[in-house]
Amino acid sequence: MNSLFPSIVSRSQSSGLMNFFVPIISIVLTLITGSIIFVLLGFDPVYALYTFFISPISSTYGISELFVKATPLALIAIGLSYCFKNNIYNIGAEGQLTMGAIFGGGIGILFHDTNAFWLLPLMIFAGAIGGALWGLIPAILKTKFNTNEILTSLMLVYVALFILDYLVVGPWKDPFGYSFPKSRPFSESGRMPLLFDGLRVHFGLIITLFLIFVSWFIFSKTIFGFQLKVSGYSPKAARYAGFNQTTLVFFAFAICGAFAGVAGLAEVSGPIGLLYRDISPNYGFTAIIVAFLGRLHPIGIIFASLVIALTYLGAEDAQLFLQIPSAVGFIFQGLVLFYLLGAELLINYKLTYKKLL
Amino acid sequence: MNLDLILGILQIVLIATTPLVFAGIGELVTEKSGVLNLGVEGMMLVGAVSAFIILVITGSYFLAFFVSILSGIIMSGLFAFLVLFLMSNQIATGLALTIFGIGLSSMLGKQYIGTPIDGLSPWFFVIFSFLIVFLVSYFFYKTKAGLILRAVGESHNSAHALGYSVIKIRFLSILFGGSLCALAGSYISICYAPMWQEGMTAGRGWIALALVVFATWKPERVLIGAYIFGGVTILQMNLQALGLRFPGQFFSMAPYVATIIVLVLISSNKLRIKLSAPASLTIPFYKGR
Repeated sequence: MNSLFPSIVSRSQSSGLMNFFVPIISIVLTLITGSIIFVLLGFDPVYALYTFFISPISSTYGISELFVKATPLALIAIGLSYCFKNNIYNIGAEGQLTMGAIFGGGIGILFHDTNAFWLLPLMIFAGAIGGALWGLIPAILKTKFNTNEILTSLMLVYVALFILDYLVVGPWKDPFGYSFPKSRPFSESGRMPLLFDGLRVHFGLIITLFLIFVSWFIFSKTIFGFQLKVSGYSPKAARYAGFNQTTLVFFAFAICGAFAGVAGLAEVSGPIGLLYRDISPNYGFTAIIVAFLGRLHPIGIIFASLVIALTYLGAEDAQLFLQIPSAVGFIFQGLVLFYLLGAELLINYKLTYKKLL
Repeated sequence: MNLDLILGILQIVLIATTPLVFAGIGELVTEKSGVLNLGVEGMMLVGAVSAFIILVITGSYFLAFFVSILSGIIMSGLFAFLVLFLMSNQIATGLALTIFGIGLSSMLGKQYIGTPIDGLSPWFFVIFSFLIVFLVSYFFYKTKAGLILRAVGESHNSAHALGYSVIKIRFLSILFGGSLCALAGSYISICYAPMWQEGMTAGRGWIALALVVFATWKPERVLIGAYIFGGVTILQMNLQALGLRFPGQFFSMAPYVATIIVLVLISSNKLRIKLSAPASLTIPFYKGR
């Protein structure tokens, strides 16, 4: 006779198979929970799930919107994986995104009446610098002053948002904007080129795919990627091997900040076209979920960004057609992360039924 | 500056700081048992919205706070299940709790934005916040149960070897922390600013987390830290109201910048942090077979 409840037994080696299946398990469980929530709210679950997950991407425009949302998520998430691989918890990507938008967007505002081929590259570069500088603050505080990066990076999000707010109601306010808190629009050459006529998907997608490829190369083919991985798995082994942890922290934060900064710039020079208060619907925070759901792996992150982008679109449709507040999207995002973290148990442990007799 | 003005400011500081004390001391108890719960902000928001909704529906303050604390127990129970039984990463799970809490609270509260309620006088809670700091301090340093809780946080393997149930003690500590965070939230939505607004805790949950580090995990110092932050917040509001020729946003960021500076000052003494932080913080406990 076997015992009723399984007991948890440590695996001698983590399971690669489970590493692949855990995200899928968590998405399926989220969908099941989602339908239960919809039933409780009094909706036909099939219709609600259809409205949430199928109808937003059943047109060309919908698929383009999916990529518009997935672009910043994937770009920030791949940046975050430089930090998370090394157990550095940078949760302030939203601030780094904002700073990138401020630096890059500032260039765009400065040259608002200039049309030249160099404008967009300069803005992208400035965005990367802005994000990287903002990311380096917690890196310096962590390495020089032993300060917990979770709290400092998070506090800097609020600071960055206040700086943006100051700029768009103060010095950078559009003089012809009827005192709305927004900046001048960027010139035509300061905008991300659209990939297809009539669709909003823009050149930022190409930049994102390129940086994901570069990151894949760094993670799997360079000594730096190896060092990141080793110090994440075993800080002691990394110290013994003589890896410089300070340098790793600096690079991880700078790269993550730069990627988030480019993502922010791609948002303001892509779909938005100017600076204003609400440039990001929490992309910087949601990207944390994307990074975990994608198992910090470039290919995984691409798929995860599409899944999470769908929760944004689905939430908008649910608000429109079912009158469910769009915050339900954040609930789905939270749930998927809960299930993922719970199911991760299966990677390092296995469930067995002990024999009672 | 006359006496009335000073007393007035002192009152506002007391009222504004109380939620920080509740959330900070709740998180401190959780961390003392060796668990880091980054879900403070999420639990505060859900606590705030559930108290508000229950008050609007039933009109009973008692029920409002009761349900709010219950919501904190449920939210932190979810967290406890994941980190204790499924041994998930505490940092990521806490973040998930905050993201989930932000979503849940804004979904539940959507139709209640702008609903007027009669606020409750804060003074009972202000006094209670001082009392609870004293009680927690007494519990930790004068009772056997407090000693066991601290032992679990310092070395779960030793506590386990002595026959104490690490999981049970941590579970209770997490629930205690969750209920105080929810209480902090409901205080904000019912006493401090009697209304509901999305994200109305405005990062206080994160400041509470910083307070625990600032206090080097000692209850009385949470009180001191909370009043420094509360003071800075009220000071910047007053300076903003004076209409100095200086953009208001720079005043508004003051509490967050102050948090960073204080964290840096406290943490740069590496040895002190190492000696005062619970040694098992964020390390999952696996009993093995």
